[in-house]
Amino acid sequence: MPKLNSSAELEKLREEILSGRNSNQKIITLCSGTACHATGSRAVAESIELELKNQGLSDQVIVRKTGCHGFCERGPIIVIYPEGICYLQVEPENIPEIISQTIKENKILEHLLYVDPDSEEKITKETEIPFYKNQQRLLFEANIKIDPKSIEDYLALGGYKALARAVLEMTPEQVLEEVKKANLRGRGGGGFPAGTKWEGTRNTPEETRYVIVNADEGDPGAYMDRSLLEGNPHSVLEGLAIGAYTVGAREGYIYVRQEYPLAVENIDVAIKQAEEKGFLGKNILGSDFDFTVKVHQGAGAFVCGESTALMTALEGRTGEPRPKYIRSNIKGLWDKPTVLNNVETWANVPLIINNGADWFSSYGTETSKGTKIFSLVGKINNTGLVEVPMGMSLRDIIFKVGGGIRGGKQFKAVQTGGPSGGCLPEHLLDLEVGFDELTQAGSMMGSGGMIVMDEDTCMVDVARYFLDFLTDESCGKCVPCREGVKQMLETLTDITDGRGQEGHLEQLEDLGELAREVALCALGQTAPNPFLSTLKYFRDEYEAHIKEKRCPALYCRELIDYYIDPEKCQACQACLKKCPADAIIGGKKTIHVIDQEKCTKCNTCFEVCPSRFSAVKKISGEPVPPPIPEEERTIVRGSKEK
Amino acid sequence: MSKILMKIDGKEIEAEEGMTVLEAARTVGVNIPSLCHHDKLEPYGACRICTVEAQKNGRSRLVVSCVYPVEKNLEITTRSETIDRARRTILELLLSHAPDSEPLRILAAEYGADKNRFEKEPSFCIHCGLCVRYCAEIKGLHAVGFINRGSKREINFVPELVAAECWSCKECFPLCPTSALQAAYVFTAAQVSEIPVFEGDTD
Amino acid sequence: MDINKIDQIIDGHNSEASSLIQVLLEIQSENRWLPRQALERISERMDVPLSRIQHIATFYKAFSLVPKGRHEIHICMGTACHVRGAQNILNAVEDHTGIKPGETDLALKFSLETVNCLGCCALGPVIEVDGQIHGKLTPPETAEALKKYE
Repeated sequence: MPKLNSSAELEKLREEILSGRNSNQKIITLCSGTACHATGSRAVAESIELELKNQGLSDQVIVRKTGCHGFCERGPIIVIYPEGICYLQVEPENIPEIISQTIKENKILEHLLYVDPDSEEKITKETEIPFYKNQQRLLFEANIKIDPKSIEDYLALGGYKALARAVLEMTPEQVLEEVKKANLRGRGGGGFPAGTKWEGTRNTPEETRYVIVNADEGDPGAYMDRSLLEGNPHSVLEGLAIGAYTVGAREGYIYVRQEYPLAVENIDVAIKQAEEKGFLGKNILGSDFDFTVKVHQGAGAFVCGESTALMTALEGRTGEPRPKYIRSNIKGLWDKPTVLNNVETWANVPLIINNGADWFSSYGTETSKGTKIFSLVGKINNTGLVEVPMGMSLRDIIFKVGGGIRGGKQFKAVQTGGPSGGCLPEHLLDLEVGFDELTQAGSMMGSGGMIVMDEDTCMVDVARYFLDFLTDESCGKCVPCREGVKQMLETLTDITDGRGQEGHLEQLEDLGELAREVALCALGQTAPNPFLSTLKYFRDEYEAHIKEKRCPALYCRELIDYYIDPEKCQACQACLKKCPADAIIGGKKTIHVIDQEKCTKCNTCFEVCPSRFSAVKKISGEPVPPPIPEEERTIVRGSKEK
Repeated sequence: MSKILMKIDGKEIEAEEGMTVLEAARTVGVNIPSLCHHDKLEPYGACRICTVEAQKNGRSRLVVSCVYPVEKNLEITTRSETIDRARRTILELLLSHAPDSEPLRILAAEYGADKNRFEKEPSFCIHCGLCVRYCAEIKGLHAVGFINRGSKREINFVPELVAAECWSCKECFPLCPTSALQAAYVFTAAQVSEIPVFEGDTD
Repeated sequence: MDINKIDQIIDGHNSEASSLIQVLLEIQSENRWLPRQALERISERMDVPLSRIQHIATFYKAFSLVPKGRHEIHICMGTACHVRGAQNILNAVEDHTGIKPGETDLALKFSLETVNCLGCCALGPVIEVDGQIHGKLTPPETAEALKKYE
């Protein structure tokens, strides 16, 4: 295929692709993102190929392995077109009947459909499932329709039209105006307006300029960017090329974690395809705009998500941040003006150019426009990736889209913004999600991690967890972060281990202030946030740990004890057999007792005790009741001998 | 070089473009404490002890003077309660590593830092990077470098270079504010058996 | 590791100093650890001081300066897994293997690492052994899963 040289040629190619496609064509799409691979989608894919062959349908049915559909809780997901029938948690064993019944006979297999937990109604179409129905999937919509390795699939949906419009019909100033008018804010962390950043670079006298995709998604519990890169790499490339055209860059980089091999693979394929078609390279679409993109793999350092550290790493050095007194859009990679935006920000750019700033800003709130993808995880029923308009309340995201808390437990907090963010309590559930709203509440938008916590989550431990993460990930250059944050971790560990003392909270606040005001980069400056936000909203939990040596969530190992309620124990021996420390005394028809000296508090007995008995108890802040006397331990006919 | 008019501690001063605030302050005799700064080396900005307050367009924030460039109408305050508190906490954190370091003890006395506030740490090194940077920037030898990250970060000699270069140089030794450098050197030298550790120790 | 192979990888990146991390990643994935001799060769060929290479090789988590065990265990310590009990899973793995994160046992059977997020939060808590995901684990199930590895 020769390079395309005009909008007309692009449109012609698109029409050719579409005319070769029959709208009644049977297509089986299978979610093949990393998360679905983990649940076994590879085996399902093999089974589909095999079964189509066995039933003689190989040349009549198209199998499309798409990127992530988002509903990871119920993966692997199959959607059958043109009807749009959606089957969840599909296993290889289901494939023969899917082919023989649904593909051949158009019969719906009820047992593979989604069942609404409230109405118990079975739902056939993916879009009707509450998880999807309450979302606004502007960026993710294409993910379920395209094979990420097929540029034709992307072009069929109007791909690269925005690039053609920008490069062939608009001046860089006009593109910049549109992005500024849309008020597109950075999706990677702080929410800095992309247009302002671009303008700074555009206005520098330097000739050499760079654009970078930050795909070093490192927040634990967040994988939105991976799903975009894996599932729809061309949308990111198209946005990046438009950005390069706008700011006058001729070279771009995609900095992607090596932990994301499928994303690396798909973006490599996409770059080659885009070069062949003339969307990248010299004289893009027949214009005089040249632009090339290179992929650089990150070697595993969270701090490299920070823009200056990322640039240092791109230069082939240890990812230590630089002081930001001169912004990197003025002096960045190799000291040249550099625009760095994250994956999701770039992916929004083609949407804005295609549909206009007014359309884009019709979604969202006054100061946060468009949609945002969240990775909704933790103690939530519908774990997955969700895209919602800015301004949706936390309550709607968690309960309407997310389906509420697992196991009927009580909501306690939601953590947003990754290690730089904070935990928001129940009374803030009606908060509208936007950049400024989250910051005012003591958390932040960050890249979109949203971790739901329930009554069993200890908030002091959550703070300790994040500081542990940050201590490990600190580059170690500046004192407030290397020494101060580590000291905060030690103090928080003292508290969760039952060595908390008066004065500890003040010391933590003092060190937190030092890091916030004096640390070199954003990692250190925001490191105190998990502590400060949990202290603000859950001070009582800190005080219980320090003053009463009690963990209200019954989580902190050093503050809890395990105990078997003799009234409830049925001597089933489940815990006795599984205890790795041999700490359970008892036997057949003999009520079990935990030897407190031997118990390592591994939680195994609690896990294995059948829920109909619930005899194993966790207690904290109170003495363990004395063991029942040996002569009273025998059970006769299911009741206890007295 | 064009001149820049700015204020330090309320006093009008003239600085040259391209200077850092720390350099500008020192040219007019205002002392700002520093640990990782060295006149011959590139600004580093790691110890943060030279933090000062910068006021510009009515807004004030803490900046690190050894890397912050001078600019027109900038107003710098080098001592305040906030600054002193930050410096005191930094010193207390560093004293947990090197309680006997002379430069740290002098500053601790000035800022009222308590060397026992935090529990003692096993490593003396305060990561000022003077040895690493001097060896790289001035000597071009790269015989000593950092390894690891975060709180596990350490200085580390390359044994082959210790054998070939360090014995006759040792110019980094007097730069070290603690005794960490000598400890690392002795440790490496002991690993490379053919190198004499100290003079007179060659038998 | 064969010196020609190292040279080949370096040549593949035009010996540019900025490609240092990419070169190290390729050697790591080829050889599963970075032998000292490889670092020295890179230093010489790419004209980068050895001390700088050592810092890079110890700074980034992808690199190992010691040989790895036959089976690599990655325990996800991401926030979603953490709130679903990843610490108890880690304890179970440590008990079973006798090693802590970052270590390899003397028989070179297992290497253990913690990772920040494997990105399959729906399955939490998860561990990955030699690239295979084991999800929705309890401590007893974890120990069972590890028994299968020789």
